[in-house]
Amino acid sequence: MRHRRLATLAVAATLAVSTAGCTVERHWGGSSNTGGSGKAKVGLVTKTDTNPYFVELRAAAKAAADAQGADFSALAGQFDGDNDGQVRAIENLMQQGVNTILITPSSSTGVLDAIARAREAGVLVIALDTATEPAEAVDATFATDNFEAGRQEGAYVKAALAGAAPKLLMVDGTAGSTVDNLRHGGFLKGIGLTDGSPEIKGRTAANGDQSLAQQGVENLLQRTTDINAVYTMNEPMGRGTYAALNARGLVNQVIMGSIDGGCEGVQNVKDGQYGATVMQFPKKMAEQGVTAAVEYAKTGKKPSGFVDTGSAVISDKPMPGVPSQDSTWGLQNCWGGK
Amino acid sequence: MTTAVAVSRPQDRPTLGEFFLRAPAVGPALALLVAIVVFSLTTDTFLQLDNLSLVVQQSLVVGTLALGQTLIILTSGIDLSNAAAMVLSTLIMAKLLVSGTSAILALLLGLGAAVVIGGVVGSLVTRINLPPFIVTLGFLTMLTAAAKLFAGGQAIPVPNGLLTWLGTRRYLFGGIPITYGMSVALVMYLVVWYALTKTPWGKHVYAVGNAPESARLSGIKVNRTLLSVYLVAGLIFGMAAWQALGRVPNADPNAFQLGNLDSITAVVLGGTSLFGGRGSVIGTMAGALVVAVLRSGLTQMGVDALYQDVATGALLVAAVAVDRLARRQS
Repeated sequence: MRHRRLATLAVAATLAVSTAGCTVERHWGGSSNTGGSGKAKVGLVTKTDTNPYFVELRAAAKAAADAQGADFSALAGQFDGDNDGQVRAIENLMQQGVNTILITPSSSTGVLDAIARAREAGVLVIALDTATEPAEAVDATFATDNFEAGRQEGAYVKAALAGAAPKLLMVDGTAGSTVDNLRHGGFLKGIGLTDGSPEIKGRTAANGDQSLAQQGVENLLQRTTDINAVYTMNEPMGRGTYAALNARGLVNQVIMGSIDGGCEGVQNVKDGQYGATVMQFPKKMAEQGVTAAVEYAKTGKKPSGFVDTGSAVISDKPMPGVPSQDSTWGLQNCWGGK
Repeated sequence: MTTAVAVSRPQDRPTLGEFFLRAPAVGPALALLVAIVVFSLTTDTFLQLDNLSLVVQQSLVVGTLALGQTLIILTSGIDLSNAAAMVLSTLIMAKLLVSGTSAILALLLGLGAAVVIGGVVGSLVTRINLPPFIVTLGFLTMLTAAAKLFAGGQAIPVPNGLLTWLGTRRYLFGGIPITYGMSVALVMYLVVWYALTKTPWGKHVYAVGNAPESARLSGIKVNRTLLSVYLVAGLIFGMAAWQALGRVPNADPNAFQLGNLDSITAVVLGGTSLFGGRGSVIGTMAGALVVAVLRSGLTQMGVDALYQDVATGALLVAAVAVDRLARRQS
């Protein structure tokens, strides 16, 4: 999305980032990777190590591993979309002799080759949070059903419009990313529209970034302020969108929904910045992933298929037909710093 | 503002190329004007006072980064770590504030950190004679990691107050909403413009960028001039951090990852030569604005965001091509 300009410098910058790379001590010729041999050695690969969502995921996985007596190490890409960094992380973990890799793939297709190599070596690979394409590329997927999360957001916005025809702005994340597409498609299904519907008054893709979302929505609102609904793909973009709406005095005429369930986002709901957010549960993904790893180490039994770790609408203005929890419950169950 | 060192040929009229060489800000100013006229004609929403104000607000952070970047590029250097230094500075300000430090002290310490970083980079460039490209490449990596470590993986929301003033405080000037941040940026541009064009220091900066050896032989303290440029640029990057918190009151270690390249884009669009010694901050201002104008105008025309990137990139290549052709003609 923001990849542009001065190619040479970009290459140089990439060089700098990649030299920073994933720093983990290598244990050459690591021990057996296969399950059924006793002690679980769990490796976690997240998209980045700074996003609070992945910080929570990592902390929960580490806590679960400690509680169940498993070895644990965590690596991450350098930025969202850093496939190369994730491949290196997988290789490093295999060198350490892990028998389970839990991974939130940066791209659904970007790391399939490395995953296949790990599985050939007998490592159990579980995708957390983001499914791969095809889903069978990993042994199992423990994730939010992002289409369903988007559908719930759309259903809430539709109910809150109370029969009014939607005049919608859509604030997408990274164009082409799997999660982005699923939430986007789910939202449209929930609100009862399709891409290309005239009810969609504008779209912007803001890379999940608060200030880019603010800028994009500011520019869209310059074209028309005749809107009554906004889809945001995640909460930081929801905050940027709120700032743009607020500057125009549109907050009261617009129903905005978001997805994530970070504590800051739930607080935004409580403060009335947006109508509802759809919470996901990274802690559950991590705990179930580690439990499966321990089981695999003990018995050699692998989990399979897609396991939905659930999602919940958080709103202080519940709508008929849309099951939801209030922000008090949300603040007790949210992830990230409170 | 036309400080370009061009051989004067008073006997005949200057060629077009010489004209652009002598007045590097004219090209970008024209491009800006054309863009504004085109969008004003093609949309009925662009040419509104509110929107013009908004476009300026949207370009403040990159515009401020680009101001410091201009100084460094004029000395034929480049700073790849300016946005990373700025992000670290926003985090220092925000974290100090929420941990109970007074806003003014948090601001000063954040600015101070940016100056110190500029000083260290400048020292490495001058004392050990390392290429700025490499030094700041290293600092980009280090500062990015430092910001993430310092923030502990969390963005820090900043409550309203001194740190957000530049974005939240505004007044009306002839019907145009002017934020404090816009005024501060304008003052900063004027000060740097004055320093570059009307003071001996400014002449030294251009001389060092043009031909450091000749500058040294003519008695200019090259290293001292260079170090001063990095210190001043550091302060400007600290001010960019303040601008950033005014725009988005949230210090985020993942923000502005391409801020360095965005600032270089603005400088180059502004007609400043990447080879140093030629350019002006007025051009940089136009360069920063033209990017924001393109985004705003194209959005209102309904152009997809990715095509906006294509347009920005094409404009950049065109700007460099004009620069190169101008050199060849003269």
